[in-house]
Amino acid sequence: MTRIGVVTFPGSLDDGDARRAVAAAGAVPVRLWHQDVSLGDIDAVILPGGFSYGDYLRAGAIASFSPIMGAVRTAAAAGMPVLGICNGFQMLTETHLLPGALVRNAGQRFLRTDQRLRVECTATPWTGRYTAGQEITVPIKHADGRYVADARTLAELEDTGRIVVRYVGTNPNGSDNDIAGVCNEAGNVVGMMPHPEHASLAGFGPDSEQGLRAGTDGLAVFTSVLASLADSEGARA
Amino acid sequence: MSTVIVEVMPKPEILDPQGKAILGALSRTGHTGIASVRMGKRFEVTLDHEATPEDLDQIRSIAAEVFSNPVIEDVVSVTAEDAQ
Repeated sequence: MTRIGVVTFPGSLDDGDARRAVAAAGAVPVRLWHQDVSLGDIDAVILPGGFSYGDYLRAGAIASFSPIMGAVRTAAAAGMPVLGICNGFQMLTETHLLPGALVRNAGQRFLRTDQRLRVECTATPWTGRYTAGQEITVPIKHADGRYVADARTLAELEDTGRIVVRYVGTNPNGSDNDIAGVCNEAGNVVGMMPHPEHASLAGFGPDSEQGLRAGTDGLAVFTSVLASLADSEGARA
Repeated sequence: MSTVIVEVMPKPEILDPQGKAILGALSRTGHTGIASVRMGKRFEVTLDHEATPEDLDQIRSIAAEVFSNPVIEDVVSVTAEDAQ
């Protein structure tokens, strides 16, 4: 069975929900600790949301120097699917596995809302089960979610289709080009501010047409990586 | 013993919402003539010996790699202060 690691850092909050979403998608969630120097026997890895190290220095900065990030960097270079959610996205920019940076929301406030998003890129292992242009509703909850990058980086991301998800309707935090998530050049490393793990179990998601808290638009992030890993397994066999 | 002071500021092109909020509070409290406020960070690194040029080089690289994120911030100064 597919095994997906979820790293817990001091101050992680959403590692539990990330493990539940992995299980709901049909994979085995594997607990990893920030002091581990190896990822062990896993097929993909998730850096969850929260406030690692109290967001001291900069959000995600101290975590990016933790022992496990060396192993994550090596695995990312070897092509392993890596997903950073919220604080995990901030860690991926701090380690320079993803371009740009996440700074304080333009409105200064911590935001918690169910956010409309558009999936722009389905060519990553984490978004293959969506259709390009599909609109979904997934919660956001962050204070430092404003994605910024220099003009050259933004142009490159746009031209190479590396903007994975974009805010639709209102841009909640002032992110450049309404960017909610991006991927690396190879596509295997994805970071996003919205929380697909909070929209993966009926009864615990955003309100939807199916009912109160019935929204599960985020689950396809986790089923996508299973499908992608099964495809690459099939290609190897 | 020397203390090395490192100052880090958000890059000029990055909107500094904290500075803007402070500016708003200043104008609300009747302080006039202030065009803008930008907020940065100051780090004090205390060595267990007198700072050498090599120490300053080391702290400059720490400042560039750890104290600041070059995507959004500039290291504006690295200076040694000798203990009194």
